[in-house]
Amino acid sequence: MTDSAIKSPERAGWRQRIDLPVVTAFGCIVLLLLLGSLYSPNFVSPTYLIQQLKVGAFLGVIATGMMLVILLGQIDLSLPWTVTAGAMMASALTAYGPLGEALAIPFGVLCGIAIGLVNGIGVAYLRIPSMIVTLAVNAVVQGLMVAYTGGFAPVDSASAAMRFLGAGSSFGLPHAVIAWAVVGIGAIFLLGRTTFGRAVYAIGNKEAAAYLSGIPTRLVVLAAFALCSGIAAFGGVLLAGYGGKAAQSMGDAYLLPAIAAVVLGGTSILGGRGSYLGTVAGVILITLLQSILSVMQIAEFGRQIIYGAIIIGMMLLYGRGSAARG
Amino acid sequence: MRDWRFTLAEQRATWLALGVFLAMFVLYVANHPAGFTPNVVQTAANKGVLLALVAMAQTFVVVTAGIDLSVGMVFILANCLASHLVVGSAATGMAGMLVVLGAGTLCGVLNGAIVIFGRLQPIVTTIATGAVFFGIALWLRPFPGSAPEFSAELADALTGKVLGVVPASLVVLAAVVLLVWVPFRRSVLGRAAYAAGSSEMAAYMSGMPIRRAKLLAYALSGLLAAMGGVFLTFFTYSGEASLANGNTYTLYSIAAVVLGGVSLFGGRGSAVGAIFGALAFRAIGDLMFVFDVDPLWQPLFQGLVLVLAVSVGAARLFQVRNKLELFG
Repeated sequence: MTDSAIKSPERAGWRQRIDLPVVTAFGCIVLLLLLGSLYSPNFVSPTYLIQQLKVGAFLGVIATGMMLVILLGQIDLSLPWTVTAGAMMASALTAYGPLGEALAIPFGVLCGIAIGLVNGIGVAYLRIPSMIVTLAVNAVVQGLMVAYTGGFAPVDSASAAMRFLGAGSSFGLPHAVIAWAVVGIGAIFLLGRTTFGRAVYAIGNKEAAAYLSGIPTRLVVLAAFALCSGIAAFGGVLLAGYGGKAAQSMGDAYLLPAIAAVVLGGTSILGGRGSYLGTVAGVILITLLQSILSVMQIAEFGRQIIYGAIIIGMMLLYGRGSAARG
Repeated sequence: MRDWRFTLAEQRATWLALGVFLAMFVLYVANHPAGFTPNVVQTAANKGVLLALVAMAQTFVVVTAGIDLSVGMVFILANCLASHLVVGSAATGMAGMLVVLGAGTLCGVLNGAIVIFGRLQPIVTTIATGAVFFGIALWLRPFPGSAPEFSAELADALTGKVLGVVPASLVVLAAVVLLVWVPFRRSVLGRAAYAAGSSEMAAYMSGMPIRRAKLLAYALSGLLAAMGGVFLTFFTYSGEASLANGNTYTLYSIAAVVLGGVSLFGGRGSAVGAIFGALAFRAIGDLMFVFDVDPLWQPLFQGLVLVLAVSVGAARLFQVRNKLELFG
């Protein structure tokens, strides 16, 4: 724990309140925008920026869940198919009349929560390393979805409400951005103002200590995983609304950027450290980078290499473990 | 405890994996329409050897208490690279193969260097390097294909049958075990890798060369994953940068390692066990084929087997001695 955590934040000096990784990330965003505006003046136009925010909103929602889990010092590799399952199940329910259509979004999120509960039970109660459970659960969900879509040919087009959320906009502000803002404010409140949030940080720092201080650590971990998958499924619902339909492997493109965004924002991969503002900065940074790469016509392979390099570079800066000579 | 009993207890998991594999394989062959013929064995061996090589690669890292989520991507990268370099006669093809194996080793060294000297967590490091490797593979082979003068001669020699009976791929696998695994296991560095896996602090305090040992383990992991990729090229005569394939192999390698009795917490298990684990896992897939399970449901079944194997093998719940250890 640093000094700033011991003193109350109000009394801490501004030096302690400034989060170096977050400032760096925002600095990089400004730099990217400046460089982009040299390339083309359209780069800083409001329409372009709003467009970027809209594209980034899906990643933002998905990264929110991932951040919760990374704060615990765990990771959720089942994210790709959780996103897909959320989108598919929500779309599938629209076939069952007006009631199905009304319940489509909650049902998609509920399916995500169910996946998260399985992950959480594996991690919190059976004590299987999180990357292994979630990797295996990813395979099972993929199997379920393949069997379901292949065997029953469900409806895959998004409902009107999903389109409204994912693709619509009012007063020039896309609804997806509003959805991200709501999820984000929820996350800030949850992490900063509730005992649950405190417990998440405490477990990320040292679970044994958190347990001995009376935190029901297993329940908190379970809840965090359920929440992460629920949010990821909601991200999938938004994506389906944006694209008009749910498709297999639509979530594959989100695992690496989500981890990259969280890590870029200064959240320690070892858990216990990080702020939501950093994740927001990370998401915007990744989105801008993606946009610039596609403007410069760098193909998919370049993106993969750049994601990898960024994750490693940022972790070398902020996420190093201690040497084994303690 | 007497010597042989100690050895037996140490290798119990390997024997168990062998037993599971034999049971599955006998069931498979008994129900196969063609029965126990060299061709059936060859096909099964060729499929099994791919996973066995990748599972061995995973074992090297897992015994040091790490995990390599980039093995599948090194495998794919080697596949794409080999489809460019294994060309011409058997001799030039062999030279190309050596270059590919060198590149794979380099990938392993990169992983190891970042994990050991950068002190980053193996999981996220290898996810990230895996993306880089896959990016390079995609760059090499944007579309599936192969070099026009692909050395089919060499490929056929290494995937055919020796003396008309024994699958050549099994011979290669045995050679790899004898030339790579056994020397590693018996060397000081191999021992240090195991020691680092069971308790890095204790190994460090005893003055073991843990850094060099771990670097060697990662390097050999890259080498074997690349060997798997080369073999994939030999079977398919082409290279394909398939993300799904890479992820599948990474995942299956973990399953194979767990089935083979290698502890995911490090320091216990052997690559021979992992090989049997891999063969057993493949046999499960083959069993679904002979029992005519709807192909749509096969991924689900395979996933469920995976979850079961992993939950039993990796759950710390069943291994802790007191409650506080659970949260350690």
